[in-house]
Amino acid sequence: MNGGDFVFFMPELILVGTAIAVWGVDLFTPEERKPDLAWPAAAGTLVAGAFLALSWGENREVFLGTVQLGDYSLFFRVIFLAIAFFVIVGSPGYVRRNLKNGGEFYGLILMSTVGAMVIASAREFLTAYIALELVTFGFYVLSAHARQEPRSNEAGAKYLILGAFSSGLLLFGISLVFGVTGSTFYLDIAVAIENSGDLGLVWMLGVALLLAGLGFKVAVFPFHSWAPDVYEGAPLPITAFLSVGSKAAGFAFLIRLFAEGLAPVASDWRVAIGIVAVLTMTFGNLVAIQQTNIKRLLAYSSIAQAGYVLVGLAVLTAETTAGMLLHLAGYTVTNLGAFLAIIYFYNMTGKEEIADFRGMYRRSLLMTLVLAVSLLSLAGMPLFAGFVTKFYLFTAAAASGMWWLISLAIANSILSVYYYLLVLRQASITPESEEDAQRPRFRLPFHAMALLTVLAVLVIWIGVYPAVFVEAAEAGASTLFSG
Amino acid sequence: MLYLLVGLNLIVGAAIFALPADRKNLPRWFALATAVVSLAMTIAVFAGYDRDVGGYQFQRSLEWLPSIGISLDVGVDGISSPMVLLTGVVVFAAVLISWGIEDRPREYFALMMLLVAGTFGVFVVLDLFFLFFFYEVAVLPMFLLIGVWGSTRKAYASMKLVMFLLAGSILVWAALLVLYFDAGIGSFNILELEQAGVDTTVARVIFPLFYVGFGVLAGMWPFHTWSPDGHVAAPTAVSMLHAGVLMKLGAYGIIRVGMQLVPEGASYWLGIFLALAVVNVVYGAIAAMGQRDLKFVIGYSSVSHMGYVLMGIGSMTVVGMNGAVLQMFSHGVMTALFFAMVGVIYDRAHTREIGAFSGMAKVMPKFSVLFIVGGLASLGLPGLSGFAAEFLVFVGTFETAPWMAVLGIIGVAITATYILRLVARMFFGPVMEKWQGLPDANRLETAVGVMLVGLLVLFGVYPQLIVGTIDVSAIPLLASLGG
Repeated sequence: MNGGDFVFFMPELILVGTAIAVWGVDLFTPEERKPDLAWPAAAGTLVAGAFLALSWGENREVFLGTVQLGDYSLFFRVIFLAIAFFVIVGSPGYVRRNLKNGGEFYGLILMSTVGAMVIASAREFLTAYIALELVTFGFYVLSAHARQEPRSNEAGAKYLILGAFSSGLLLFGISLVFGVTGSTFYLDIAVAIENSGDLGLVWMLGVALLLAGLGFKVAVFPFHSWAPDVYEGAPLPITAFLSVGSKAAGFAFLIRLFAEGLAPVASDWRVAIGIVAVLTMTFGNLVAIQQTNIKRLLAYSSIAQAGYVLVGLAVLTAETTAGMLLHLAGYTVTNLGAFLAIIYFYNMTGKEEIADFRGMYRRSLLMTLVLAVSLLSLAGMPLFAGFVTKFYLFTAAAASGMWWLISLAIANSILSVYYYLLVLRQASITPESEEDAQRPRFRLPFHAMALLTVLAVLVIWIGVYPAVFVEAAEAGASTLFSG
Repeated sequence: MLYLLVGLNLIVGAAIFALPADRKNLPRWFALATAVVSLAMTIAVFAGYDRDVGGYQFQRSLEWLPSIGISLDVGVDGISSPMVLLTGVVVFAAVLISWGIEDRPREYFALMMLLVAGTFGVFVVLDLFFLFFFYEVAVLPMFLLIGVWGSTRKAYASMKLVMFLLAGSILVWAALLVLYFDAGIGSFNILELEQAGVDTTVARVIFPLFYVGFGVLAGMWPFHTWSPDGHVAAPTAVSMLHAGVLMKLGAYGIIRVGMQLVPEGASYWLGIFLALAVVNVVYGAIAAMGQRDLKFVIGYSSVSHMGYVLMGIGSMTVVGMNGAVLQMFSHGVMTALFFAMVGVIYDRAHTREIGAFSGMAKVMPKFSVLFIVGGLASLGLPGLSGFAAEFLVFVGTFETAPWMAVLGIIGVAITATYILRLVARMFFGPVMEKWQGLPDANRLETAVGVMLVGLLVLFGVYPQLIVGTIDVSAIPLLASLGG
């Protein structure tokens, strides 16, 4: 190892530097100006992005092989930077109205992003684990950031307790696996598994604990129960961040672990993961139907989405991995679009019940369109990202011949349209009361309109001509499978 | 040219959203211009299709996702070119009939254009993925078109319609993945899949999935119940598009995907489905007889008439197939005429109760003539295209299953009964006081009606004009069925 390796971590270092700078400036900024610290924070993500672009196409191992920078990590690092950018730029209006200490808020978002970016690159347990903790510690604080609101405090406490518990499971799993194989490096673990015939009960328990710990982070059944409460209680931009950032980080960990470390035994876990996938999506979709709060609805919808990704994990091949990456990317821009529309709606009205959406089309067509595009994309309807990404993912998974899994996934995906349409119906069809119809149209700030438009365009771009994204996902997947 | 047909509608549809909200005239002019250009192109496609050459013409190909074998291939044959023409005609008529839409015209025409783009898309693509893609693009706008601009029980009907059709697409999606993997050529191209063929057992398993999946949209008994509800709730022009064109997508899917790609499955199952088709004919006709709302009558008669299409397909003869496609065309024109006329009277009298009218022929002569011609076409009067179509269907069915043909003819008798009863009740008899002075159909409506009647007469007197084209593709198709 040499200090020169840090050069390849420029994007991460820039984010850390930006976070520290934002915290520093925060000390000398009057409270009413603090929300505007979003702009330097967002600029930091852009600079980091520029540096990331410089390393495009490079493939190298650094820090004694604990970290691999290549197409796979690049794919996720781009996603995480994009998430940070959109969440930060989408926040100031919300922060000004509802939160104190804007500087802390943005800095923590940046630090969580750094953690997530490291996870995607780590090919060793402890590095990945510490990075994951960096992500979740940020989230513990961020979920409880609306300190005057009991709901937010409850969310933070719940997330902290359950999160710490699941981290314990994960760490215990790691230690058992280390005990059996003698290494924390994924590639060495794979070699150890291949060399020994029967791995025994301890090994099984170790892997099961790993799955449970990470299953919690990505909120799959039966480790999902924290998600709706935390999503509902956390400040809206953090809910958005959680729903995409935390989920993508968990999957970045899981996918790499399975593809590199557990590949030799992956087929043993196929049916188990398949069953979890089906339970997760079915449960998420069924419960989502009954929700009246948009945050809770999207929480259950994101549980269901994790179920679709698990279909790819069950059938672990280079193609399904590309499918998972693609679906996560599509899901990320889609969910960000939905959440930003909701954040702006909340900023204007202070309401977050689905029933409050009536008349949205009259008050802002753009907002309604972006919400519609996002929800239909989540529902997997064509012209939008969700259709293409699910089609690709399910097609790749179908090569395994696990038709029960594929059919249930397809059925779930299509039946989920129902509750997304219910939301859309409120926003665009259900008539307003006489009194509401008098309310003025929304006047969105310019940057809000720009963000919403960019996200909608991305969703449609992936939905209509995804070749670029598919190539990136395929390149990312091939990094893991080329050995 | 075929790209242009789909792309133009898509792009104009999206562009209409960006028009200023206060210029209520602009959207309809945009829509009309697109419809005129589309109509001109569809005529060019239909007339330009060279029967002597046969096969697929106007073919173009565009790589889309080469890694899983999806490309945007387009082309028309003798079956799809009449359908393209039908779509052009009905859309043109529907735009004219929608001229008076006052509520949110921008969104209305934008959604309509999207629906049209989807419809054209299904008829011209030669790629299974895109067929499915456009199929759903065509279905989805119905939700908002009915939900926002509809009437009677629109919230219920729009959701029911979408959920029924999407439930059908679960089957289609699953079946097409099975087909893709069984063919094993890594391509979704319909022509290549047809060459590759599938295993006989697999064909027998997936054909019913395709038939039922697409059949839902074709109003197949017992999955037709969304159709009358949807028709009744939809605004006039949407009913026209829905019954005139959208239901044809289902039948077209059965022919293009079901029969063409899995012929072994088709020859195995079609006998059973023929019986169901007869149920369609008779059940639809009986149900229509019992209705009091004009739109319900036409809704059920559509179910009945689509039964003839399915009978023609199920007969597995060239003649029957010719009849089926001709029936698709003539039913499309005929129901468009019917719904347009129902719209005319509903706009003026604000009721669609049959019992509320009497002696209308004296009050609204132009309207009455147009409506009655539609009725006569519906009951299969020689000289109008419905006769030629039904005749061919019966001849075809008689060859394979004489008893089914006899039962089907009973359906015609029932149709004649309810149509004649309705005509007698509404148009003749004493003029009612309250309808005195009701204005007749205006010039625009009359022009639309005359255009549609003209087509019915043209293809009734000289069906060879269209049958000649259908024949070109029906003969090789049926040859592959071994029938």
